[in-house]
Amino acid sequence: MAQVMTGAEMVVQAMKDQGVEVVFGYPGGAVLPIYDAIFQQNDIRHVMVRHEQGAVHMAEGYARSTGKPGVVLVTSGPGATNAVTGLTDALMDSIPLVVFTGQVPTFMIGTDGFQEADTVGITRPCTKHNWLVKDTEKLAETIHQAFHVATHGRPGPVLIDIPKDVQFATGAYMAPQKAKVSHYQPKLKGNIDAITQMVEMMETAERPVFYTGGGVINSGPAASQLLREFVEATGFPITSTLMGLGSYPASGDKWLGMLGMHGTYEANLCMHGCDLMLNIGARFDDRITGRIADFSPNSRKVHVDIDASSLNKVIRVDVPILGDVGHVLEDALRLWKARGRKVNKPALAKWWKQIAEWRAVNCLDYKSSDTVIKPQYALQRLEALTKGMDRYITTEVGQHQMWAAQFLGFEDPNRWMTSGGLGTMGYGLPASIGVQIAHPDALVINVAGEASWLMNMQEMGTAMQFRAPAKQFILNNERLGMVRQWQQLLHGERYSQSWSESLPDFVKLAEAFGCKGIKCSDPKDLDDAIMEMIRYDGPVIFDCLVEKHENCFPMIPSGKPHNEMLLGEADTAGAIGAKGAVLV
Amino acid sequence: MSPLNIKQGSTSHSAYDLRDPNGDVIEQHTLAVLVDNESGVLARVIGLFSGRGYNIDSLTVAEVDHEGKRSRITIVTRGTPQVIVQIKAQLGRIVPVHEVHDLTVEGPSVQRELALFKVAGKGDARIEALRLAEIFRANVVDSTLESFVFEMTGTPEKIDAFADLMRPLGLREIARTGVAALSRGA
Ligand SMILES: Cc1ncc(C[n+]2csc(CCOP(=O)(O)OP(=O)(O)O)c2C)c(N)n1
Ligand SMILES: [Mg+2]
Repeated sequence: MAQVMTGAEMVVQAMKDQGVEVVFGYPGGAVLPIYDAIFQQNDIRHVMVRHEQGAVHMAEGYARSTGKPGVVLVTSGPGATNAVTGLTDALMDSIPLVVFTGQVPTFMIGTDGFQEADTVGITRPCTKHNWLVKDTEKLAETIHQAFHVATHGRPGPVLIDIPKDVQFATGAYMAPQKAKVSHYQPKLKGNIDAITQMVEMMETAERPVFYTGGGVINSGPAASQLLREFVEATGFPITSTLMGLGSYPASGDKWLGMLGMHGTYEANLCMHGCDLMLNIGARFDDRITGRIADFSPNSRKVHVDIDASSLNKVIRVDVPILGDVGHVLEDALRLWKARGRKVNKPALAKWWKQIAEWRAVNCLDYKSSDTVIKPQYALQRLEALTKGMDRYITTEVGQHQMWAAQFLGFEDPNRWMTSGGLGTMGYGLPASIGVQIAHPDALVINVAGEASWLMNMQEMGTAMQFRAPAKQFILNNERLGMVRQWQQLLHGERYSQSWSESLPDFVKLAEAFGCKGIKCSDPKDLDDAIMEMIRYDGPVIFDCLVEKHENCFPMIPSGKPHNEMLLGEADTAGAIGAKGAVLV
Repeated sequence: MSPLNIKQGSTSHSAYDLRDPNGDVIEQHTLAVLVDNESGVLARVIGLFSGRGYNIDSLTVAEVDHEGKRSRITIVTRGTPQVIVQIKAQLGRIVPVHEVHDLTVEGPSVQRELALFKVAGKGDARIEALRLAEIFRANVVDSTLESFVFEMTGTPEKIDAFADLMRPLGLREIARTGVAALSRGA
């Protein structure tokens, strides 16, 4: 016998049956029945945020660091519209989220009722799928379907809009096993002929490179494990996008560093000069390819992706393989072993010699200073002092984000949470709280820029209330640094609105929130200050005053090919033409 | 092509020239999309086309399986071969979409559109309109002393041709359904 309960109770029951432990949310009129149901149980923890955008980014941090879907509950109208940036962010970076929104009662829909918004209309383009549930009898099944869709195939955010009368009405609860999900079953296994072709190419390749992305991490820890085994066994060099950092360990000797606009010299030149590119779960984003016409002109390309629309979207490839990264890697590795573990050894040795020359350029080198803290130095010290710890890193968006990707090493997947596709300033602080909630005993650090950090700083209240001791490591250059860099290089040094004016005193701000504030401006004090931050039992706002005019290098200007990279200030004169300036 | 003249594909001096040789050719394709007839599904399809800058030449939709609650959307679209492939892949990604068929490449198909024409006139023009309608096998579905409404089914080209002939004879209004299409054979 199916249990009869109210719609609001169904929401909570379905969450429990889906294994949800924590919900990030904010109440309001249209979700009061669900909040009432939450009040009357103890299985699901509710994290009360300070702004709905914060709730969605927290859920993203939670999801990215656990591999489980993040769950959000917000009210109708402004609650839903505040969630839109987070939904778009999760869609771009393929993060599984299930977002519940309240809605005005069904009989008021379309009347411009108080706090009515066309939520499914507004969020249709920024969710993987969404539902307006008008009948309590269908609510439980819809929720189960929503969890299925969010977590299967290419993951993404889904949204369920629930009118208030549907929450009050009663209906029969449906268990997860009974829900119809048969239609949405994306293919996991890749075509074996295509995989064989890929293996054949690997056997003879002279200058191969693995180019990996967030898909490896989304596929699960097993995929990273298979990738590591494959890389070690073949001896091929490997690079990764921003989203894929950690799937192969940064300490591995095959690791070239991140590729792309601010990627390493060796990674980008490998991409440019390779004869076989193995794209595993990345999507040829424009930050990666630079000028399409000159992208890796001499290579044959294999692309493994679970999303058919990613294949041949921007770059035409020789061997597209539709399937889950883990499944395809497993088949490929098995095949490659069965065929005798062949690689072109002499050619590979030559390739590595070439790579060694590129590495010797030492592209991440920067001018050090005894008097001011260089942002790169701050991150090197953070890396050294947290090495080996159970550490998770989130970031905001800007120069600091790129430096973090360059100077922090990730040994494992799910340890690095950053807003890649959408580039959302204000992501890092709430994401760090979401990660900390999922891993209460871990060291969670948000590497932030002062401008980004201010965008969602209200969430420090959430960190305090829920005892999430996430550390806010702010590289404060008193500038919208990335904007300033572009203005310097592209807009004749006219620094229009790229100052961070009237900044708060971050130490006092920390005190106001009731947490610890640390300020550091002298390189000599930095190590002690970082240790103080790590040791403090609670959230910390660390105001690290850094060099104000440092530029982030290497840089491939928009519209340039990989081999026209700027390595330092000396390369910048006239580097970016008017055409490049049009691109973002 | 973007204003920056950035061409898709790799350069011609590449060892493996991956440029699509038909990269600049615009093709018209007729797609049949089978979807769950749930609320918002049409908005999803249309939103995909507007959001990603694809063209819709014609679009028809109706439930074709009342029990299974399936609708068939027939879309006539145009783009380079690469864009057509993208459109199909993007449609396939929409959760309530069950099948996407490209009738233009999956073998011969029949395409039909229904149109209503209001033609007003007197005397010779009126007689001529009626004579042409007969030739085109258009039916008269309404008539007054000064006007006819013709109903015609045919390919979009046939409907265009009939409209061109009616224009000097007093064509006032046209209503067209857009293309419905099925593959030929079993
Ligand atoms: C919400 C949002 N608005 C604007 C931008 C454009 N933007 C990208 S980086 C940046 C400056 C970030 O400054 P800060 O957080 O201080 O980081 P820094 O570059 O100085 O390290 C801006 C404004 C963005 N990415 N996101
Ligand atoms: Mg800054």
